[in-house]
Amino acid sequence: MVAAAIETRALRKVYPAPAAKRGANRQGPPGAALPGAPTPGAGVVALDALDLDISEGEFFGLLGPNGAGKTTTIGILTTRVLATAGSARVSGVDVATDAVRVRTHIGVVPQRPNPDRSLNAIENLVFHAAYFGIPRSTAEARANQLLTRLDIADKAEAKVDQLSGGQQQRLMIARALIHEPDVLFLDEPTVGLDPQARLDLWAILRDLHEQGRTIVMTTHYMEEADRLCQRIGIVDRGKLLALDTPSRLKERAPGGTLIELQLDASPDHLVASVTALPGVLRAEARQNGLRVFSDRGGRIISPLIQIVEDAGLHVSNIGLTEPSLETLFVSLTGRKLD
Amino acid sequence: MTTVTRDLQSPPEPPGTVPRERTVSPSKVFLALLRRDVVVARKELPFFLVRTIMQPLLFIIVFGALLPRMGFVAAGYSAALLPGILAISLTMSAIQAVSLPMMQDFGWTKEIEDRLLAPVPTRIVAAEKIVAAVIQALIAAIVVLPFARLIMGPIPGFSLAHGGEIMLIALLGATAFSSLGMWLGTAISPQQIGLMFSVIVAPMIFFGCAYYPWRGLDAVPVVKYLVLLNPLVYVAEGLRGVMTPTVPHMSLGVVTVALVVLAAAGWALGMRSFYKRAIG
Repeated sequence: MVAAAIETRALRKVYPAPAAKRGANRQGPPGAALPGAPTPGAGVVALDALDLDISEGEFFGLLGPNGAGKTTTIGILTTRVLATAGSARVSGVDVATDAVRVRTHIGVVPQRPNPDRSLNAIENLVFHAAYFGIPRSTAEARANQLLTRLDIADKAEAKVDQLSGGQQQRLMIARALIHEPDVLFLDEPTVGLDPQARLDLWAILRDLHEQGRTIVMTTHYMEEADRLCQRIGIVDRGKLLALDTPSRLKERAPGGTLIELQLDASPDHLVASVTALPGVLRAEARQNGLRVFSDRGGRIISPLIQIVEDAGLHVSNIGLTEPSLETLFVSLTGRKLD
Repeated sequence: MTTVTRDLQSPPEPPGTVPRERTVSPSKVFLALLRRDVVVARKELPFFLVRTIMQPLLFIIVFGALLPRMGFVAAGYSAALLPGILAISLTMSAIQAVSLPMMQDFGWTKEIEDRLLAPVPTRIVAAEKIVAAVIQALIAAIVVLPFARLIMGPIPGFSLAHGGEIMLIALLGATAFSSLGMWLGTAISPQQIGLMFSVIVAPMIFFGCAYYPWRGLDAVPVVKYLVLLNPLVYVAEGLRGVMTPTVPHMSLGVVTVALVVLAAAGWALGMRSFYKRAIG
């Protein structure tokens, strides 16, 4: 049996309601995501009853929109956020009772690069290693190796402010690896990177995974999760909605193409007649929009518009999405990813 | 199980084995954190010196040299002023050395996060910051002293003979103020930094008995007892007692007890506030 790298049970996190946090600490707790589902008077539930099992050597993705609870989950697993209830173990160690030991097993790449700007690139790595008790000579050798592998060796002595966004992100990966952790956490690692830097980063992550490292990544990019991860957990509003391999998740996507119409008024009264159209699998009205799953692709657009315009409504925009993780996400959560 | 090639680092253990344990002694990590701050401080030495010396220097020039020559203050005033100036250098340096980086780190740069991931209890990271600030504060006071002596000329009754007591007061004062800096830096949001200086720091300096001895406030009893809330009073009075004992001053016992209590309270508040910011 493959050992568990990560195991969470009924993990729950409730942030205090904003009114209860007057005065100090207005910055919000580290890792606090945008508010999830607010419960009156009881705070903001960022994470609710999360059960996760991630095996050693697995490349796991947490996919969800902003505020889904991804960052909170990473925060708890990396000992930076205390869970309100439930339990979490990383490499078999409990994050609540033995945070110090958990930290020896993990490497963390933050959402936004946060290098130590008072130090140059290689000093960032060597000092981080020193915080883990690694002797200087070993640290320097590893740092040089990592900088070379991540293609920023020429920036070793550079101030971190002279590094581009992509280079800083690589430095963060090098930093996360310098103490040779068992599990690598990456929180939205490609946000803000240009397409080429993103592709480069994907290659680096694939490489690290092939070397046998456990990788846990959050993202709100479907394609990223699909291309990189062996299994994906779809989260929204603090809940895990689906968990499977990308291909099986895509099989679960409701059949057909998703067609979305933007209208100038509510189409509530049209749902029945739209559903009756040949080729329509499902239709739902959303404020001033109409969401239709079609098994005839875009060919039903013309009769669809006919129905809408006959009812005196006007179409301001039309969107088409092929069956994908995206359409699964929309059918699970009722909303789009970004 | 897939066969993997590992060219980058030593391999993680094969799945299923007991995870290796890599405990690190907290003192080793503490020293690494301290070394980091020393390296950074060395890089920023000229700025540190200018920041530290500027304000005390201006006061020394105006109050210690110009006013006495104009005849507005008595010649002996320098004996009361010097320990006060040193107290201000010490305490302001201590506060700034912690509070500014904390505000920056927790407020927007998040730079401290690499240290919060170190495998030690979070309080070690906070304690190191306070200790680093204590060292900076002591250096600040030591740097200002020769300038003061040079500009003010001979200071009646001044003596460094009580080195041990001077060190004790300086150390206690620096600890109290570094801890206070930790508390302010983690409890106040960066937007209120201006407010911190005008509402907390400035009154503390002016009502800190730095420019006049506490006994001089006999003339205004309300102020005399209100200022006892101000930690700077004990540092200034303590240094007066051990450096220029001819000037009226509080007893060393009172000063020591007050500073120990303030340092302990500041330490507890600072640690708690740091932990709240570090762990959500």
